[in-house]
Amino acid sequence: MKEARSWTWHMAAGVALVFLLGLHMFIMHLAGSAHVFAPYGADPDSIANVIFRDGRLFFTVTYVLLLGVALYHGLYGLRTILLELTLKPAVEKAITMVLMLLGLGLFGLGTWAAIAAHSMALARAGG
Amino acid sequence: MAIELGEAEGAEMNRYDNRLGLWGWLGRGRWGIERYAYALHRITGLGILFYFLLHIFVASLRVKGIYLWVGKGIFHGPIASVGEYLVFAAFAYHAANGIRLVLVELGLAVGKPMEPVYPYRTSLNVQRPLLILMMILLLVLLIAGGHSALTR
Repeated sequence: MKEARSWTWHMAAGVALVFLLGLHMFIMHLAGSAHVFAPYGADPDSIANVIFRDGRLFFTVTYVLLLGVALYHGLYGLRTILLELTLKPAVEKAITMVLMLLGLGLFGLGTWAAIAAHSMALARAGG
Repeated sequence: MAIELGEAEGAEMNRYDNRLGLWGWLGRGRWGIERYAYALHRITGLGILFYFLLHIFVASLRVKGIYLWVGKGIFHGPIASVGEYLVFAAFAYHAANGIRLVLVELGLAVGKPMEPVYPYRTSLNVQRPLLILMMILLLVLLIAGGHSALTR
């Protein structure tokens, strides 16, 4: 039952990623000269455009959401692939634990960076 | 060989060795195109995951004023641009095929149950148009992404 629930969350996270990562990919790879959320020049990942997005709360919130949802979807997917190899239960437990710690650690790092970048962008705009 | 796992949440569960292991992704049988769509789904998923884990580190460095994807950064240049396009292509495939998989998983694209009357039809007959539709969507996204990358 627990696995079925986790799998359902994996699918739900995939659907959420279509929108969250879809927006990110649209800005970075499809919007091009339309300058969607990238008003400074043609390059959406120039420093000026990155700081522009960092300064908007909408992007800080969606970055953190994207981070959490993508880490869960990706690491659970990796776990599924590894556990299909019918490993010993102790190895499976170790894999689950390592992936969970990796996910939590990266979520902490990414969330800290998103919030810090938001504060720095606001300070820059204010100064 | 079955591996006895004992009680698992109230029910006894036997598991069987995954004899083919990762090679099973490549077919080893009379599989349809969906089997290869599945293999590519996993390969693109692993590729995106690898990039994403690296991306978290690289993007977090901006807080320290380090931007590795501009100027003389190691992730700037034509090779990085090709790599970024490949990541976009992997995402486009994984998303398009993933939408198909979710629809199939929820039973929305497998057709209604029917009597097994000759000539037999399988749910694959119903699913196939959805796969083709998603691959057309993928092609459109790949062309749009390629155009955007070239005109940047």
